[in-house]
Amino acid sequence: MKQIIKILSIFIAIAAFWISLLETSVVPRSYTWMLPIYLIMSLGCYGLLMVGVGLMRFPTCPIEAGLLQKDVAEARDFLKQRGVDVGSD
Amino acid sequence: MRDIDFEIIVVDDGSPDGTQQVVRQLQQLYGEDRILLRARPRKLGLGTAYVHGLKHASGNFVVIMDADLSHHDMFIRKQRETGASIVTGTRYVRGGGVHGWNLMRKLTSRGANVLAQTLLWPGVSDLTGSFRLYRKSVLQDVINSCVSKGYVFQMEMIVRASRKGYHIEEVPITFVDRVYGSSKLGGSEIVEYLKGLAYLLVTT
Repeated sequence: MKQIIKILSIFIAIAAFWISLLETSVVPRSYTWMLPIYLIMSLGCYGLLMVGVGLMRFPTCPIEAGLLQKDVAEARDFLKQRGVDVGSD
Repeated sequence: MRDIDFEIIVVDDGSPDGTQQVVRQLQQLYGEDRILLRARPRKLGLGTAYVHGLKHASGNFVVIMDADLSHHDMFIRKQRETGASIVTGTRYVRGGGVHGWNLMRKLTSRGANVLAQTLLWPGVSDLTGSFRLYRKSVLQDVINSCVSKGYVFQMEMIVRASRKGYHIEEVPITFVDRVYGSSKLGGSEIVEYLKGLAYLLVTT
């Protein structure tokens, strides 16, 4: 099944549930009307939260960066000794 | 890499930085069976570069990488441990990471990642990581079903592989900006990315 169909089915299921809530009036209608807005708001909050948490915990690698520079310098020397001209930086 | 039989295939689209001269010198040093230069006359794009390089690959596994070798042993070890068909690098887990990115770049990267995770459920944490190991037959199969260009191609490859049910494992990679050359992330790249997402939503 295509991904878009999966996502649409989830939305249709939620919509069907919402309409049935509206029709049966188990909870007061004025509350039910607000539910989609809450859903959109919570989706937005989820997105922002995920980006925020991800940003805070974005791993950085200063040590590896240094090691890589060292590797590059080593390889450069090694190749230079063997007559390979890898150019300057 | 002592116990590993390998060859290095360099696909160069006539870059003006002297890549080919350096590769020829390396061929003198290591032998033309170890270092293969498969040049193309002009810039033809990432996807076709993969196809081009793959045509000349003689091994059972193919590692595709942008520039440096610092991660090679982790990919091979992971494949041996798990028997995976694809081992893909991720910058987003402990042990991985980026270096030399400003806040804006991190924000864009994270936003793009959250969007893709929410919409595509790809099963891997880093869709655009460009360091991957493939079983050769799997690479052949996946590459044939991909049509995107540029770095959306990276994304399409891993999403299609995931949908096809191939065994994919992840290893952390570190991404050091200066060495790879800075890739610009401007407005047009963001539009390309969103188009790529939409394309994958309706086709996979």
